[in-house]
Amino acid sequence: MIESKYDTKAKTYDPILPAPKEWPVVRLGKNRKEFVEEVVNASFSKILQLRGSTELLKEELEITMFKERLRVKENPWKVDPEDESLFWSNVKKNLLHLSSDNEADVERETHDILKEIISRYANEIAGNFKPSHYSMARTIVTFGFGRLFNAAKLGSFKGLFKGKLTLQDKIHIEGETEQLRNLAKIGTIVMVPTHFSNLDSITIGFVIHSLGLPPFIYGAGLNLFNIALFAYFMNSLGAYKVDRRKKNMIYLETLKMYSDLALQNGIHSLFFPGGTRSRSGKLESHLKLGLLSTAMDAQRLNYLKANGGKADKIFIVPVVLNYNFVLEAVHLISDYLEKKGQERYYTESDQFSSSYKILSFLTKFFTRGADMSVSIGAAMDLFGNSVDASGNSLDKSGNIIDIKDYFTSNDIITENVQRDGEYTRMLGEKIVTDFYRNAQCSPSHLAAFVGFELIRKKNTKLDLYSLFRIPTEDLEIEYDEFARIYAKLRDIVIEYEVLGKIKVNQALRVNNLEMLIRSGVNSVGTFHAQRPLLFNKEGNIITNDLKTLYYYRNRLDGYGFEKYI
Amino acid sequence: MGMALKNTYNPVGVIGIGSFGTAVSNLLSNNTDVILYGRNPEQVEEVRSSRISNNQRLNKNIELTNDLEYLAGRCSIIFPIIPASTFRSLMKSLSQYLKPYHILIHGIKGLDLKGELSDLTEDTVISRSDVKTMSEVVLEESVVVRVGCLAGPNLADELAQGQPSATVVASRFNEVILAGQKLLRTDRFQVYGSNDLIGIELSGALKNIIAIASGALTGLGLGENSRGFLISRGMVEMIYLGKVLGGNTQAFLGLAGIGDLVTTCSSQLSRNFTVGYRLAKGESLDTITESMEETAEGINTVKVIRSLAKYYKIRAPITEKLYDVMFEDLSPDTALQYLMKYPFNVDIDFL
Repeated sequence: MIESKYDTKAKTYDPILPAPKEWPVVRLGKNRKEFVEEVVNASFSKILQLRGSTELLKEELEITMFKERLRVKENPWKVDPEDESLFWSNVKKNLLHLSSDNEADVERETHDILKEIISRYANEIAGNFKPSHYSMARTIVTFGFGRLFNAAKLGSFKGLFKGKLTLQDKIHIEGETEQLRNLAKIGTIVMVPTHFSNLDSITIGFVIHSLGLPPFIYGAGLNLFNIALFAYFMNSLGAYKVDRRKKNMIYLETLKMYSDLALQNGIHSLFFPGGTRSRSGKLESHLKLGLLSTAMDAQRLNYLKANGGKADKIFIVPVVLNYNFVLEAVHLISDYLEKKGQERYYTESDQFSSSYKILSFLTKFFTRGADMSVSIGAAMDLFGNSVDASGNSLDKSGNIIDIKDYFTSNDIITENVQRDGEYTRMLGEKIVTDFYRNAQCSPSHLAAFVGFELIRKKNTKLDLYSLFRIPTEDLEIEYDEFARIYAKLRDIVIEYEVLGKIKVNQALRVNNLEMLIRSGVNSVGTFHAQRPLLFNKEGNIITNDLKTLYYYRNRLDGYGFEKYI
Repeated sequence: MGMALKNTYNPVGVIGIGSFGTAVSNLLSNNTDVILYGRNPEQVEEVRSSRISNNQRLNKNIELTNDLEYLAGRCSIIFPIIPASTFRSLMKSLSQYLKPYHILIHGIKGLDLKGELSDLTEDTVISRSDVKTMSEVVLEESVVVRVGCLAGPNLADELAQGQPSATVVASRFNEVILAGQKLLRTDRFQVYGSNDLIGIELSGALKNIIAIASGALTGLGLGENSRGFLISRGMVEMIYLGKVLGGNTQAFLGLAGIGDLVTTCSSQLSRNFTVGYRLAKGESLDTITESMEETAEGINTVKVIRSLAKYYKIRAPITEKLYDVMFEDLSPDTALQYLMKYPFNVDIDFL
């Protein structure tokens, strides 16, 4: 009976805040104009502080103008506003016509130009959150795909209306969910997920909704807004726009200020701390600290504003997305191998190029793919200390500590950019450690690892790049050998879980090794045209795409499992 | 800023009433009030009444205590200066009183080993994760993150006489370096800063190995040519080891590296030098350690570093031969002959 398997529904959660009008993000949406103005003014002061003299500011404006005109010319995107070129020409003109004889005039004029640029940036960054759109997008995600999934699973179009299966059956949310729900009521959450796929934001949006949490805001790459379907979801789910092409200081300060002020306003936020999708398939090990530093700054300012009273507290929640299949894998790994990640303007030509492709992928994903899981890690404060149910920070012996003390020198809260930068770096390291601890090893992750490492072991004389040039017909692994190593490594992974170094997917614990291996091998990158791992007629294991197998193998990189092969 | 200093950092704590702890307390007392902690109540009582510790007269504004809670409660900046082998247990007792606002700047030139040092035998395999620098111990055992260390050519006896010298305060936090500089700086004592905390800690610890070897050369009746030879080759060995353990070359070329190395390799005042000297004179290691009042950190460091060098497959001939002399009854003469035959080829290949 297929249906009986799904009778036990996944756990459901009530919303922690009943009405949308109480959602912090809705409050932000309502006061969008005021908020953007606040961002503009704060960024303006901050930049003036960083570029003290008119001379330095003028130089910064010229650099920005030069970089922006170059970007408009060399790397235009569909989402760019039509007056982009005109705007920057005007900036150029204004900079050329600065009054040269009167210092006060020059100062006033450069300030005007600066404000104009910041204002343009801030308006572009600011999201366009509308509660009605949110409900709509939410319905599409939860209801629509859920139904689609039913139809296919139950084998008939009628299944579309049976409603037995929901997305919860497909995406398993595990870990510290209650703590997250609880802390979201008493503080501000910064969720930091791993980033493997462009689908991550939608997955996370679903997770946040399923857990009964109000929407989070997050920075989404402006490139995603090129695609109509994504643009719709992004705008609806509380995204603000991050343009990675704009690397000038004025833009970056404005962007950080947006996040900083939102956090100070108690708005739950989501950062992908890896910056971009993992190209190699490895868990992130080097984080981009820019946005994280805004959380540090907001926390310090919260204490400063509280003036000795109780300050709003910010909690970091690491989240690991455990996919068995990443649509972009083939593209990402070639990108990685060609080391193109270093390019100044990276080319956006991956498989997420159209709404149609995404929809067809989603259909496949929800109808045929193996389940995926999302691990919610334990919450911590900005210094990596664990927190109790009331949000108190605890030291290693479980004593309550006041984290205001991290920001004080001689009892006074001080602004110290170098110190807070160091704190942010330490937080980044802690998040990476937590990613590795919370990552869940599934039968397919292990299959990919064992498969690739066995191939590598047979060709120890070859480096990675030569290995990829071997014809795949020559790469066959005897089933018995594969099974022996798989079983051995499975036990080791389970031992590692006891040590708190990794998490193990329930499916990996089944006793029937043959079944386990079969399902593991069959779910490695199932939907790729060239399967990374599969059985041949003799029942041995082969690959049709070693590079992509390497991508999936990398998921278990960094644990030192190689030495057991 | 100078005028406000006394109020800004009043008072500063020092943990450890040995000769260096006492010397640092006196240095600090030029700029601020000091609370000096000793573990042994009788010793604290005795120093409190005599005002003399390790032959050094204590300045008036140094208060003595035997109470860690009192020390941590009164002082937000604390300088732990005790043997490395007792540091972790000190941190375990101290950490309950420490808050995130505390700044710890240690003056300890040794390493912490996971497990018992006595268990470390010929065949034990240890890696970097089994060995911690003192700042790493602080981070592991407490909520304190603003950690630093001080290291340099700072023989306690010479500091006590007010002879001119200098030190490095190293920390990842500029705030800690500045605090250390303000507190320690006098017109007889220069204070430099560095952000390479691990490198400076390793320099301080590793140089003790070479100091023992240098003492042994003198004990063998050899002169300054051989010392110059030893110091420069010892330096290279330190840098190779230091880089593998997480330090940068630069740290070893500064005050805490070459500066301290020259001092301890040439001075009868150095405990580590004395160990080597007496070894070469034929005394056994046990006899030497029993008769010494204070710890020579180099003895333990030789053990730890020899195991690490083995694990990471680094050539460390001086450390290895010293180990054989200290723990395997190799004669210093034979060790020297071995080193003279060792096929060093290139003089400097790390820059």
